[in-house]
Amino acid sequence: MDLGPHAAFIWAAYGVFIAVLAAVLAWLWLDGKAQERTLAALEARGIKRRTSRPMSQADAGTGS
Amino acid sequence: MSAFFTLLKRDLRLALRDGGALGTALGFYLIVVSLLPLGLGPDLNLLSRIAPGILWIALLLAALLSLSRMFETDYEDGSLEAIAAGPLPLELMAGAKALAHALTTGVPLVVITPVLALMLNLDLKAYPVLIASMGLGIPAISFLGSIGAALTLKTRRGGLLLALLVLPLYVPTLIFGISAVNAALSGPQGASSSFLILSAVSLVSLVVGPLAAAAALRIQMQ
Amino acid sequence: MQTQTLTQRLANPTRFMELSALVLPWLWALAGALIAIAMYKVFFIAPADYQQGETVKIMYIHVPAAWLAMMGYGIVALSSFGLLVFRHPLADVSAKAAAPLGAAFTLLALITGSLWGKPMWGTYWVWDARLTSVLVLFFLYMGLIALRNSVEDESAAAKLTAILGLVGVAILPVIKFSVDWWNTLHQPSTGFTQTVDPSMRTPLLISALGFTVLFLAMHMKGMRNEILRRRVKSLTLAAVERAQTSLPEQTSLPEAR
Repeated sequence: MDLGPHAAFIWAAYGVFIAVLAAVLAWLWLDGKAQERTLAALEARGIKRRTSRPMSQADAGTGS
Repeated sequence: MSAFFTLLKRDLRLALRDGGALGTALGFYLIVVSLLPLGLGPDLNLLSRIAPGILWIALLLAALLSLSRMFETDYEDGSLEAIAAGPLPLELMAGAKALAHALTTGVPLVVITPVLALMLNLDLKAYPVLIASMGLGIPAISFLGSIGAALTLKTRRGGLLLALLVLPLYVPTLIFGISAVNAALSGPQGASSSFLILSAVSLVSLVVGPLAAAAALRIQMQ
Repeated sequence: MQTQTLTQRLANPTRFMELSALVLPWLWALAGALIAIAMYKVFFIAPADYQQGETVKIMYIHVPAAWLAMMGYGIVALSSFGLLVFRHPLADVSAKAAAPLGAAFTLLALITGSLWGKPMWGTYWVWDARLTSVLVLFFLYMGLIALRNSVEDESAAAKLTAILGLVGVAILPVIKFSVDWWNTLHQPSTGFTQTVDPSMRTPLLISALGFTVLFLAMHMKGMRNEILRRRVKSLTLAAVERAQTSLPEQTSLPEAR
C-alpha cells in the first residue's frame, strides 16, 4: 500500500509500538511463568500456604 | 508555637556554624553561571536575552544541592526521632526545616544573583523583577524540595534520586518565574499574572510540602 | 448476613486471583479484536488527511498512547490513595503494576509523537505543550519506579511511592497549566489542528478503546504476577524460618516426605 512520501516514519512508529508492546507482553508472560515455577518448586518441597490448598486453576496459568 | 521557633533558631544556628554547605551552594551557582557563557560564546546580546533562564536554572540546581541534608544530619544522630517524640507536630518540624533551608540557602543565592546577572549583561530593567520572582519562588523551592528530601532520606547517595523527584515539581515555579521577568521586560504591567501564579504555587507548597514530608518521615522512622 | 462491596470482595488476594483468572482471557480477546478492527480500518478504510497525507495514520497510535500515559498515572494515583487512606490490601500491588506500563506508553507517546512531528513540523522534537507535558509525565514515572527500587523495605517502599504518586497527581495539572502558558508565550498559534474528521474518529475511538482494554489486561496480569511474587517471598521466608528451627514434620529435604 502506498503510504506516501513519509512512509518510513509511519512504519517506524508502528514498528516501535509493536516492539515495545511485544517486549512488555513477553516480560509479563515470562515473569508469571517464573513465579509459578518457583511456587511449584516450593510446594513440591512441602512448603505450603496457610490455607494449604494445592495450587488451583486460579493460581496457575489459565489466567495468563 | 515556641517549639517551632526554637527548632528554627537551632537550625539557623547550625547552618551558620556549618558554613560549608552555603559556600558550596554559592560556589556552584557561580560556577554554573560562569560555565554557560564559556559554552555559549561571549555574545553579550545573546547572554542578556537568556540570562533570566540561566540564572533561574542555576539557582534551582544550587538549591537542590543542599536539599539532601535537610533531614539527614538529624536523622543520623537520632535527633529526628527525639524531635518527633516531642510536643512539636512533625508537619511543623518539617516546615521549620524547610524554612531554615530557605533562609540559609535560598536567600543568599538570591542575594548574590545581581552580581551574577552583571556577568550575563542582564537588562537593568529586569533586575528588580528577577530578584522579586526568585524571592517569591524560594518557598516553593525549599518546601517542595523538603518532600524529596524526606522521601530519599534513607537512600544511599540519594542526591541524584532527589533531583529526579524534585525537578518536575519545580517546573511551574521555573516557568512562571521566568515569564514574570520576560513580561516585565516587554511592558510594565505584564508581570502581574505571572507573579500571582508564582505566589500561589509557593503558598500551596507551604502547606503541601510539610504535609507530604511529615508523612514520608513517619514512614522512614518506622 | 454480610454484604460486601465489589472492592471489598476483590480485596482478598486469593479472591482476586480467582476472579482475574476468569476475566483475563476475555480481556485479552476483547483487546485483540478491537485493535485488529481498528488497524483494519486505519490501513484499509480511513482516508489520508488533507494536510498531512498518510502520516496522520500515526495519530491512531499516538493519541491512544498519550491517553494511556495519563490513565496509567491516574491508576497509580487512585491506588496510592487506596493504600494510604483505605489501606486496601491490593492497592500497592495495583500501583506497582501500573507504573511500568504507564511509563512504557509514555515512552511510546513520546516516540510516536516525535516520528509524527518530523514529517509534520520538520523536526524530531518540538516543545509544544502536549509533548512537553508528556515528557514531564515520563520523569514522574521514572521517579516513581526509581524511588520504589531504592527502598528495601517493601512496606515502606509502598507507602513512600504512594506519597510521591499523590504529590505527582496534585502537581500534574499545575505543570500542564504552566506548560500550556509557556507554550502560548512562545508560539502564538499551535500548528496542529484539533478537529478530527468523522471518518477518522471511529477508527481512533476503536483504537483507543482497544489499547485501553489491553492496558487493563496487562495491568491485571501484572498484578497477578506481583501477588505470586509476594507469595513466593513469604513462603521462602517461612521455609527459611522452619529450616532454622528445624521442625521434624516439615523439613525442606525431599527425602523426608
